[in-house]
Amino acid sequence: MIEASHLSKVYGLPPNRALPLLTDDRRHEAVRQAGGFLGADDVSLRVQRGELFVIMGLSGSGKSTVLRMINRLVEPTGGRLIIDGRDVLAMAEDDLRELRNRRISMVFQHFALFPHRTIRENAAYGLKVRGVPAKERLERADWALRRVGLGDRGDTRPDALSGGMKQRVGLARALATDADILLMDEPFSALDPLIKREMQELLLTLQAEDQRTIVFVTHDLNEAMRIGHRIMVMKDGRVVQCGSGQEILASPADDYVSDFVADVDRSRVLTAASVLRPPLLTARLADSPEDVLRRLGAAEMNGLFVLDELGCLLGVARDDLLADAVRNGEEDLRNCLVQEYETVPVDRPLIEFCHLAGRHTVPIAAVDEDGRLLGVVPRAAILSSLASPKKVTAHA
Amino acid sequence: MPDLPVDAWVERAVQFLLDNFSGVFDVASTLILQLVNASYFVLIRPHPLVLLACFTALAWAATRRWQPALITCLGLLLIQSMAMWAETMQTLAVVIVAAVVALVVGIPVGIAAARSPRLSVAVRPVLDFMQTLPVFVYLLPAVFFFGIGVVPGVVATTVFAIPPAVRLTELGIRQVDSEVIEAAQAFGSRSRQILRDVQLPLAMPTIMAGVNQVIMMALSMVVIAGMVGGGGLGAVVVEAVTRLDIGRGFEGGLSVVILAIYLDRVSAAFGERQGRSRRLRTRPTSGTVPTLGEGPLEPLAR
Repeated sequence: MIEASHLSKVYGLPPNRALPLLTDDRRHEAVRQAGGFLGADDVSLRVQRGELFVIMGLSGSGKSTVLRMINRLVEPTGGRLIIDGRDVLAMAEDDLRELRNRRISMVFQHFALFPHRTIRENAAYGLKVRGVPAKERLERADWALRRVGLGDRGDTRPDALSGGMKQRVGLARALATDADILLMDEPFSALDPLIKREMQELLLTLQAEDQRTIVFVTHDLNEAMRIGHRIMVMKDGRVVQCGSGQEILASPADDYVSDFVADVDRSRVLTAASVLRPPLLTARLADSPEDVLRRLGAAEMNGLFVLDELGCLLGVARDDLLADAVRNGEEDLRNCLVQEYETVPVDRPLIEFCHLAGRHTVPIAAVDEDGRLLGVVPRAAILSSLASPKKVTAHA
Repeated sequence: MPDLPVDAWVERAVQFLLDNFSGVFDVASTLILQLVNASYFVLIRPHPLVLLACFTALAWAATRRWQPALITCLGLLLIQSMAMWAETMQTLAVVIVAAVVALVVGIPVGIAAARSPRLSVAVRPVLDFMQTLPVFVYLLPAVFFFGIGVVPGVVATTVFAIPPAVRLTELGIRQVDSEVIEAAQAFGSRSRQILRDVQLPLAMPTIMAGVNQVIMMALSMVVIAGMVGGGGLGAVVVEAVTRLDIGRGFEGGLSVVILAIYLDRVSAAFGERQGRSRRLRTRPTSGTVPTLGEGPLEPLAR
């Protein structure tokens, strides 16, 4: 959908002077010495249709520059940008305006509403630029305002609204044009935490309904993790890492990213899958209790999972029951089974099941829909993944 | 140090303009005279009381309060009873023409300067020059080009009143939140649409403050223009000064003050309607050089 390759932006220098500098290995230095500033350095990204793609970084990391290069509010110095197979950088003025008006809409950090117009007129702005007749565009604006929960406020002016409501208008203005690409530049950063959460919910709801392609800029990793399908971390104009929230949490590419991840609520992002490991021991129903007990003892464990031929969980064999079975001369494990264990699906966040860890003699079992054992989650694995990002790097 | 004959250069330049462009000056002169006469005709034709009622109504329409309307009414009655009505209307006609011409020239230049940093840099020293050059220095070449009478007064007044129009228009447009402009661009607006739909409406309070300044500047200059035969209240004051006629001079000065306060309050109130914004106003002074548009301006006490 959106394919950018090797996009670069040099501020403060004319392109003909800036371009040769970009081939330099030490281009940051070279550009600075020439009196410019390298805002985005060789950024490539690929956003799928319907994806919510997050660009994350501290201020000055170039994330807003990259966002603005997508609709050429910032003119890239070098690189290529393809949207739906069309070369955006080669577009003439008229085509570019058409693209901005029909295909790409944008939401801004400080709302950027037109203070001299009513909210309805604000929401209808894109359609006004398109030349849609007044009646039609205002109806459409009302529709958009209803979707963001402001259906009854159309006649007020922006300065009568709170921050969260203003951003709802910003969102309505973007929705009204029916553009399938939505660029969002730190849209919720200026809002207080509760409203921010509410707006994230709203965005996710809207996104579930019409699957726009969204590029979302933020400096808040918790926000990125919460809403993003994939996250691109930027620093000094460069891409440091790009991947899903879990990938970034589990294996930060460098110290910058791990500093970033340090204050993320890891338990909400990490799922069972990210701390899963293969069970040390399992047994089949037909195994002899004596043999199983010996293996248990060698591994210094108190119990193990018993599986059927397909790998489905049948139960747990506890060491004291195994000992009884041995004493009674039993041939298989049938009488040793108890149902003392917990199972979780692999995509469940840690926060939702970490309290179950350590309740039983066996670790928590991660299973698929058919009840097959995929792996186990020992308590120590949960604790270590929550404790230190560096340690997780070592494990991974 | 080399001895630069700047005086000779300027004289030669003025002579050159006179020799080669006298036709242009004649046409301009006639045009300005017609404009001033037309507005004077409109102002003097109705009975003073009719016009007085109109001005009072305008004051009420601008401020929506009865006090300014009442004060307007009393002030204009005072002018009428001092037998200064015709002179005041002459001055008003010159102010209107000069202010309109200054705005017609100044606002587009201000818009252009706001959109082109290069032009802005080029225009700034010219504006400084126009505003700080002692006013009598303007009058001389104006008299050379347009002869004695009302026209050089209007020209000098216009030149003097252009800078605030340019400066405040530029300032107003530059002050518009860049994110709002970006938003308009992001939805595919042309730059002309952005100017019309976003920049001008949002800059309007500042532009209106500029209009107020232009009127005040014009009024302060128009009295000085009395020295070259500009007529109106300027002529009254100049004449009184030369004859040491204190009473008559005071009557003329008082009329200027009343007109000044009226024009200031009404134009400022119209500006305020456009939004709450920082307003810059000068006190009109007769005979002294007014301050720079961006210099330390003293707001009139309310």
